[in-house]
Amino acid sequence: MDIQASVASVESSQGKPLDQVLQQIAEHKGCGTSSEGGKASCGSSTAPEDMDPAIWEKVKNHPCYSEEAHHHFARMHVAVAPACNIQCNYCNRKYDCANESRPGVVSEKLTPEQASRKVLAVASTIPQMTVLGIAGPGDPLANPEKTFKTFELVAQTAPDIKLCVSTNGLALPEHVERLSQFNIDHVTITINMVDPEVGQHIYPWIFWKNKRWKGIDAARILHEHQMRGLEMLTERGILCKVNSVMIPGINDKHLVEVNKAVKSRGAFLHNIMPLISAPEHGTVFGLNGQRGPTAQELKALQDSCEGEMNMMRHCRQCRADAVGLLGEDRSSEFSTEKVMEMDIQYDAEGRKAYQEKVEEERQATVLAKQAEMAGLEAEFSDLKVLIAVATKGHGRVNEHFGHAQEFQIYELSTQGSKFVGHRRVDLYCQGGYGEEDTLPTVIRAINDCVAVFVAKIGGCPKDSLKAAGIDPVDKYAHEFIEQSAVKYFKEYLAKVKSGEVVHEVRGDADIRQGAYIAA
Amino acid sequence: MAYKIISSQCTACSACEPECPNNAIREKDGTFIIKPEKCSECIGYFDEPQCVAVCPVDDTCVIDNSYPRYVAA
Repeated sequence: MDIQASVASVESSQGKPLDQVLQQIAEHKGCGTSSEGGKASCGSSTAPEDMDPAIWEKVKNHPCYSEEAHHHFARMHVAVAPACNIQCNYCNRKYDCANESRPGVVSEKLTPEQASRKVLAVASTIPQMTVLGIAGPGDPLANPEKTFKTFELVAQTAPDIKLCVSTNGLALPEHVERLSQFNIDHVTITINMVDPEVGQHIYPWIFWKNKRWKGIDAARILHEHQMRGLEMLTERGILCKVNSVMIPGINDKHLVEVNKAVKSRGAFLHNIMPLISAPEHGTVFGLNGQRGPTAQELKALQDSCEGEMNMMRHCRQCRADAVGLLGEDRSSEFSTEKVMEMDIQYDAEGRKAYQEKVEEERQATVLAKQAEMAGLEAEFSDLKVLIAVATKGHGRVNEHFGHAQEFQIYELSTQGSKFVGHRRVDLYCQGGYGEEDTLPTVIRAINDCVAVFVAKIGGCPKDSLKAAGIDPVDKYAHEFIEQSAVKYFKEYLAKVKSGEVVHEVRGDADIRQGAYIAA
Repeated sequence: MAYKIISSQCTACSACEPECPNNAIREKDGTFIIKPEKCSECIGYFDEPQCVAVCPVDDTCVIDNSYPRYVAA
């Protein structure tokens, strides 16, 4: 499906032209949009006026539930749950590569005892690690004893760590009660369809009640369990994030329906992710040539759902044993062998003090942006541009262009700056030498951006970026991202007005598949 | 006969182990194995052998022809 078709799908699903939908999104002042004119909003502000304070407390340091938190707080997954109860066409359990960053991939399985030791080791080394998730590599609720034993052990030794699970939902209804007993605030359900006709093309089978169910029956049972599980969780006040894999031609248009269905059942956040499918992964979709969406297709779908509810755009589709900030992976520092040798001192007070510092830093980034917004609100322009940012975290432009493993994408308009996604790229620079052949890959990944903000950049890539129409900007080195972005946009608007810059609509960009994480 | 697990195919996901009504499955050397003398092919328990039904890799839990066919008591 091409971009036009994707845009057309947005039109048909909403029954109104895309411009109108986008306008509606721009005007939407609720959750999920960035703070407008200094007005606080959900998930992206220091003191949200329109969010229940109890919910804010739950999400403010959870990197997967708050875009803002993901610049500052880290998470970890422990791979204690290898068994699964369904088969998905985008998953192949035979394929495991240590260098791959994808859900379902792990380097080693852990017992609950090993996992709890690993959690303590990571928490002692990375004090901003606030969240422990169990996300497989199978399904945590298909391995209930291992999952709950891990939670029990961690809750005893590190009660300040938030616990969460990510499940396909099939076994969810029977475990909701136990999840709530463990004080689990956050549950993610992967829901790719609300129509078994669609589901049969995604799920070849499920295992339920001692039987392998196939085709439409399998999809129907899974769908019913997902919806019931979601309702049961939200009734108990547990925050639910819904993950959906966007599969062009199979469920891309349908995900607008999924969005409505999960919103009406009380889901807090919707995360639409691009399909990852390469032939070498050996998945059904990888082998039959099913493609993933382009960056513009993904953004158009996310934008069209945003008027309805909070959309997550900062998901890194991480491994089931990932450790660190989203977008970085320090799992190799914490192999079982290394963890067993580590001298672990769990310092709850020290962690708390550190996290309070991080919280101050987080608030400073928001206040800096709000101050910079002055003067922009009075501007009348419907101009929107994307910029790419090289960052190591903390909400600052603090990564060298050549060292960036990903770029964060912000959309700039008179409404301010808004995080709209990220692009993984292969390491362009290794050992201090730029590698010529990877530069085109980087440029394709950020081709829809007018500028790239970096802490530093070499002369050669600078020229190539300029030739591609992307402005390499290093003057905001180590400054706050969003404040700098607003500053840049003000200058950009002024230049367009004076005629110094002619604004042109940029093209589409590639979503990189299966990027290597190891340097 | 009994079922057996082709070890080169086994991902060691452990999904089969708790499903076996005879406790015939256990982990050994990084994969899972079925103790043939304990395997009843799920006859008398379920309509289909549970290890086959839950295994994520096709043709991994298969009939072991070297073993005599299970006869329900």
